[in-house]
Amino acid sequence: MQLSKELQMDLHRRMVRCRVFEEAAGRLSEAARLPGFLHLYVGQEAVAAGMCAALEDTDQITSTHRGHGHLVAKGGDFKSMMAELMGKSTGYCKGKGGSMHINDLSLGMLGANGIVGAGTPIACGAAFANKYRNNGGVAVSFFGDGATNIGAFHEAANMACAMKLPMVFACEHNGYGEYTPTDQIMVISDIVDRAPGYGMPGVIVDGMDVIAVYEAAVEAVERARRGEGPSLVEAKTYRYYNHHGVQNLGLKYRTDAEVQQWRERDPIIGFEQRLIEAGTATADELQATWDEVNADIEAAIEFADESPLPEADQLLANVYTETAR
Amino acid sequence: MTATETGRKLTYTAAFTEAVRLEMAADPDVFIAGEDVGAHGGVFHTFDGIQKEFGAERAVDTAISEQAIIGLGVGAAVSGLRPIVDIMFMDFLMVASDQIVNQAAKLKYMFGGEAKVPLTITTMGGAGLSAAAQHSQSLEAMFCHIPGLKVVYPSGAREVKGLMAACIREDNPTLMVLHKRLLGVSEIVPEERYEIPLGVANVVRSGSDVTVVTWGKMLADTTAAANVLAAEGISAEVIDLRTLQPLDIETVLTSVRKTNRAVIVHEAVKFGGLGAEISAQIQEQAFWHLDAPVGRVAAPFSPVPFSPTLEKLYLPDATKIAEGVRSSLERPFAGR
Repeated sequence: MQLSKELQMDLHRRMVRCRVFEEAAGRLSEAARLPGFLHLYVGQEAVAAGMCAALEDTDQITSTHRGHGHLVAKGGDFKSMMAELMGKSTGYCKGKGGSMHINDLSLGMLGANGIVGAGTPIACGAAFANKYRNNGGVAVSFFGDGATNIGAFHEAANMACAMKLPMVFACEHNGYGEYTPTDQIMVISDIVDRAPGYGMPGVIVDGMDVIAVYEAAVEAVERARRGEGPSLVEAKTYRYYNHHGVQNLGLKYRTDAEVQQWRERDPIIGFEQRLIEAGTATADELQATWDEVNADIEAAIEFADESPLPEADQLLANVYTETAR
Repeated sequence: MTATETGRKLTYTAAFTEAVRLEMAADPDVFIAGEDVGAHGGVFHTFDGIQKEFGAERAVDTAISEQAIIGLGVGAAVSGLRPIVDIMFMDFLMVASDQIVNQAAKLKYMFGGEAKVPLTITTMGGAGLSAAAQHSQSLEAMFCHIPGLKVVYPSGAREVKGLMAACIREDNPTLMVLHKRLLGVSEIVPEERYEIPLGVANVVRSGSDVTVVTWGKMLADTTAAANVLAAEGISAEVIDLRTLQPLDIETVLTSVRKTNRAVIVHEAVKFGGLGAEISAQIQEQAFWHLDAPVGRVAAPFSPVPFSPTLEKLYLPDATKIAEGVRSSLERPFAGR
């Protein structure tokens, strides 16, 4: 696939935005400026970027507890995201959802989700709505390797295939279910082995290679758009940080050497080298993206800092929708 | 709802189906999905003829996958459709509880008000058919405990048609519980489309000595008990809550302030049942109006038994309700 410079720069920008947002969130969390849990997406950026670049704004995605990257890659607004992480009234959820429920329905981002595997049946529903309305839309469900051991995943996979829904199952296989290596709790090592059991095609891609993810995403998304049903894309990837929080090295359940090996295959650094070597972009052009995104995050942090906390009347607001009749 | 002269006798089942049919005819965004709801019309025939009239795209048979069925409804609702998803037995809601409790009920709040989830979950509750412990429960209190959900439990054919129409038009996730033993019970039901607003109780029978609060199938038993009591000179005011969440406590309190006594009747297990909540609210807000402790007539703390003999012992009925009311009247106010 011959990719335009514009597209490659777009993929690069999406990854840089994910990385910059998450590193900033990590710093703020370390400084005790973010309440609650924080599940950082750093290391997995190529998956969200490659997948979301293959989507239209109107296509939907469902996400996970590690969901910031999915929203960023779908076009999420730094200010609304950062304000939400700080629990401010200007946040995406008005400070009522936080990191694990961050969403932007106007971008088709149907929410990060605190329940492992729960987004996948919801993506089925979004895909069903697209098919019902014949609007050509596709729904992508992001989930981890761990989610494929929960019943909801299997119910959704079967249902999506039986109904031939316009859907993509995007598995981020990062090798760990929280603090437990996947190979200790699963016999198969490739999630894609599960796809034939539901009658859908599956493909393994290098989740540290944004072009590989993008190409697989385009194929799966276009197949879904043509009405040929779901596919599973398994991206082999890695999270640099702990399951939750900002610790990186010195963890009991994995070696520092392993972290280092994956970092040597960093999706952004590797892609930048390729862009420069191919003459697609100069180091200055790439740096300009970092500079812009860094400026954006500084502005977002300032915005979030200065934003008001939720008023007390928000506590009981929006439990229900006022039904118009 | 005044045009009963234009009504005809319909069963509870047929009245429910008619509500679904009218809403589907009026709004192309309404569809049904669930196990056996399409070609078969539902195992209790609650969706008879829907697929024939509206096609398989709008009356969708699914796998036996309760989590995915509810998830399908949540995702479709948040994407702008108005789904009706059916879970064959109320007991099976437990299989799908994550999607109901953690997803459907909470999306709006967690998303800061942005999401709208106009989802109706229909299901079949109640005992009395020797269906044993996994096909007979009355679990409504569990769902009333979840902010974000609405819970409706109609007591008759006329009620079910109007309440189901309101559920479908409702922009919040709503659990519509039908009762198995009401399915074949007929009533005059208006032909036209109408809604019974959610959250509004119905004073079914006016009385002066005691307020009896109930819902669903127990309304019939309570009415039978009230007739027996009337012959004994006891005047019971009977309230059908219709909607359990939101709870129309004002109607209950108004009645209790008049009768000074209250008994709550439900088919669910007494411990932790909705009667406990209603009783607490009555005592919080009308304590000085009470001439006796608030009474409860409900099922004992046991799974629903299989054998008809045991099931009859388990279930509240008119005799037990009448006893409960008499016992409330026999207990004078302690301070008097």
